[in-house]
Amino acid sequence: MSAADFLLELRCEEIPARMQAGARADLERLFRAEMGAAGVAVGEVTVWSTPRRLALIARGLPEATEAVSEDAKGPPEGAPDAAIDGFCKKNGVTRDQLELRDVKGRNTWFAVIDKPGRATRDLLTEAIPAIVRAFPWPKSMRWGAASLSTQSIRWVRPLSGIVAILGDSLVECEIGGVASGYATRGHRFHCPGEVTIGGASDYAEKLRACHVIVDHAERQDLIRERAAKAASEAGLSLVEDEGLVIENAGLTEWPVPLLGRFDEAYLDVPPEVIQLTARTNQKYFVCNSADGKLANAFVCTANIEAADGGAAIVDGNRKVLAARLSDARFFWEQDRKTSLADHAKKLERITFHEKLGTVADKVDRVSKLARWLVEEGIVKGADADQAEQAARLAKADLVTEMVGEFPELQGLMGGYYARAEGLPAAVADAIRDHYKPVGQGDKVPTAPVTVVVSLADKLDTISTFFFVGEFPTGSKDPFALRRAAISLIRLIVSNGVRLNLPLAILSPILHLSIQVIGRHYEGTIVSLKGAFETLGIDASEGELSDDYLTEVTNEDWIRAAVFEPSSRSAGQVLDFIADRLKVQQREAGVRHDLIDAVFALGGEDDLVRLLARVHALQEFMGTEDGANLLAGYKRAANILKKENHTLVTPAEAGVHQASGADREMDSRLRGNGENGTIPRTGDEDPMADVDDPQMRAVYAARSQEKSALSYTPETDEKALIEALDAAGPRAAAAVEAEDFAAAMAALATLRAPIDRFFDSVTVNDPDPPKRTARLDLLARFRDAVHRVADFSRIEG
Amino acid sequence: MSRDPSKSFQDMILTLHDFWSANGCLILQPYDMRMGAGTFHTATTLRALGPEPWNAAFVQPCRRPTDGRYGENPNRLQHYYQYQVILKPSPPDLQELYLQSLVEIGIDPLKHDIRFVEDDWESPTLGAWGLGWEVWCDGMEVTQFTYFQQMGGFDCKPVAGELTYGLERLAMYIQGVDNVYDLNFDGRGTSYGQVFLENERQMSKWNFEVADTDALFDLFRKAAAECKNALAADVPIAAYEQAIEASHLFNLLQARGVISVQERASYMAQVRDLARGSCEAYMAKEQAGWAEKYPEWSA
Repeated sequence: MSAADFLLELRCEEIPARMQAGARADLERLFRAEMGAAGVAVGEVTVWSTPRRLALIARGLPEATEAVSEDAKGPPEGAPDAAIDGFCKKNGVTRDQLELRDVKGRNTWFAVIDKPGRATRDLLTEAIPAIVRAFPWPKSMRWGAASLSTQSIRWVRPLSGIVAILGDSLVECEIGGVASGYATRGHRFHCPGEVTIGGASDYAEKLRACHVIVDHAERQDLIRERAAKAASEAGLSLVEDEGLVIENAGLTEWPVPLLGRFDEAYLDVPPEVIQLTARTNQKYFVCNSADGKLANAFVCTANIEAADGGAAIVDGNRKVLAARLSDARFFWEQDRKTSLADHAKKLERITFHEKLGTVADKVDRVSKLARWLVEEGIVKGADADQAEQAARLAKADLVTEMVGEFPELQGLMGGYYARAEGLPAAVADAIRDHYKPVGQGDKVPTAPVTVVVSLADKLDTISTFFFVGEFPTGSKDPFALRRAAISLIRLIVSNGVRLNLPLAILSPILHLSIQVIGRHYEGTIVSLKGAFETLGIDASEGELSDDYLTEVTNEDWIRAAVFEPSSRSAGQVLDFIADRLKVQQREAGVRHDLIDAVFALGGEDDLVRLLARVHALQEFMGTEDGANLLAGYKRAANILKKENHTLVTPAEAGVHQASGADREMDSRLRGNGENGTIPRTGDEDPMADVDDPQMRAVYAARSQEKSALSYTPETDEKALIEALDAAGPRAAAAVEAEDFAAAMAALATLRAPIDRFFDSVTVNDPDPPKRTARLDLLARFRDAVHRVADFSRIEG
Repeated sequence: MSRDPSKSFQDMILTLHDFWSANGCLILQPYDMRMGAGTFHTATTLRALGPEPWNAAFVQPCRRPTDGRYGENPNRLQHYYQYQVILKPSPPDLQELYLQSLVEIGIDPLKHDIRFVEDDWESPTLGAWGLGWEVWCDGMEVTQFTYFQQMGGFDCKPVAGELTYGLERLAMYIQGVDNVYDLNFDGRGTSYGQVFLENERQMSKWNFEVADTDALFDLFRKAAAECKNALAADVPIAAYEQAIEASHLFNLLQARGVISVQERASYMAQVRDLARGSCEAYMAKEQAGWAEKYPEWSA
């Protein structure tokens, strides 16, 4: 069968540049789906777009589909007439066309249905309207007289023409009053008349002759090259911007990059402002001079080969840019007439969030937290006064004219204004960079003052939004708290910030409460330290500075209204951060089961330490010792589970005091269940409590007691006891010293003894004291392993 | 006397009138109320509703109190002109007609770079939205081009095409002047500044500093109440006028800086309710007649 190339062009009024790439992909996908459903084999497909057309060329389509014959099985011989008639009707055959065939010894009626091959051209006639109707534009519209009914066809902008040619013959179709034909149109201004297309083979060249480069990639290449050339001819270098290349290619059918100059005086304005104005408002490229600084030049991309070589176009664009830059310079000058501190006063008038007060309130909380982070030595190397000053001024640029005009410049402008008024470089940099890291690729700040302000800002945002019940649900995260949490984690981890997270989360919440209460009950005072005590949080670890602690009101009322909800939401925040950390680590290639194994230990409020342990565990599990130890562990755990053997339960020990708030807080990073408790699945390890600080003494005593055996142990039993006696304290000491590699190494020494123990010692000895002692020994082994990680969570 | 739209602001307007008149439009006069955009004119808003064909062109003075600059900014004015064209249903050659109108006023599309850049239009106040472009001439936005999809919360059936030319900008471009006050108004040397500079100074001062805010608040409440009164009496056009009035009073209060961020949303919601309520009442009043005349149409 012969094959033919198919050309489809859907012409319409200007398609938004940002939608063209998606439209090309959709066109190919829908075309393949329609053809596939019709049984037409589709090979190579090319799709192109310009602002005014989408085009598709499918090479080597068969001219028709092959005829197929299908058998349909009907009722058996002797079935009621109604059943046989029904079968005939369903298959479009008459009774005398049926055949009797043997099916497992039974005569059964069959209909043979011949489906003739269909001309591809006819299939396309049906497929094209189907493609148009199914096209998933991000936004589509109705138009014209037909839009009297809302049933009328929808497209991204009014559809104006269809070219559909298979080989050299027209595929006739019609959609919403637009019929297919051989004619298209060339460039809107250079060749406004009709152009007759012969088929796929001459399409691109005929359009080129009419000032249309239909291949978007070719237009992109052309813009890239000619823009760079225009710059180099002027002795400059183009600041590359792939987004602009694609956008300009989506705005033109015949792109002509042109270089223009603007008044050098505008170069006083920060280069980022000039570039942003040129880029976002005008879609211009900017250029650098030989010294690498921004030059007073721009490159615009016209859509015509102008009669005067583009002089009028360049001049017009220059004027528009000049007006924009003149506005920008006006803002730059106006903004600097006021100090950042004075700008910051205006933040009192801006609501940050209905329940979280004004931006000034937020700034106040962040400033206090920033100072605390420095004074407690949590972030090292920063000056507390500078940290507080930077935090106080960090949001001031939000009320400047420049940031009002270009919100993307928040932070950056504050940095410029800070420098212009002579503030210390560390403060200016912190103001500039305190939003960072923003996205995944964004660099994490390392300058101490910047780290402090950025940390404080994010801690405040996450904690206080949770406190007022605004947390992310499903796909909804209106305040970008997930992103803030990831940024917070990255700041902490890459700077090695040792931070008691529960305390740091609680502090903005309590401060918010103080602001709210303070507004209602001015003059009454309560101490924050008391608040921490009420919550059972050990504030002595990081001694809180006094001025941070003084303030506000009546204890009982505060407790009911503030402290209990604070504690609850601090717990939610910890769970949330733990979840984000897991996601982030998983994405970074850390095995999720290893993360779980460490998280399950609980009692960890320091992300740096937690991750060090996860990473050491990952390393260890990659070694032969690690894999074998895990096997030994699983065997021991299974025996203990089967025997339902426990050393002693906390209830029996009678030491489990009322679960204080700190205990609840500690369990948060286990990342389980709503209240931070481990779900009781029956699979959990009864020894999980060995890491409970309150249980340590009990277990120590129990272990001591158990070390005196009533019988002579076997060689390998004795060896395991000795290995445990040595490795247990070594691992514990290493964990204490945060040398997790050493802790893993200590565990590794247990591998050979546990293997030999299982090889030669019978746990289930008929002698009950022996049996109990050996089960206890296995429990001790498990205890030792658990001090490092919960191996029951590890897969393999 | 021959016209020269490249040297005279008024000739440019008259040329547009001639062009759109020749292309089947009614040439209307400005609506005699203060409004922020030509779209508020009943010839646009209310006439965009319903099935009846409607083609009109008019100049509409627009007032944007917060854009006032006391006559000191070369581009920004608190009072300026828009040229509005509304064509319902949108004709298939609307883009070509528009481009031809640019040629008429002296813009050669083979010398100047004309581009249609995505810019969708939305007016929450009017419960309206549409898709279209801002039209660029050598990088300058000269026209807003919109296919109305909804008005007053109702689907536009059929869709109307709306063109909004920024007259001062276009004239500055065509006349080659950098300051709006230097525009030649009449081709005989009377400048735009001679006509409007003092007006900009005084009105900026009044908008920003003088207007009695208590009176404005009171007028806002009265307009809102009158809108409801008119709706109750089933005179939706009168109700709509009060919505226009309330909208402008709100803009004045904004310029005076007496509406806080929190209150702002509530005022906007009030204006929206008035405007939408008026559109709904207009539809309700007209729809039986329309349905009878246009059997394929339904509200």
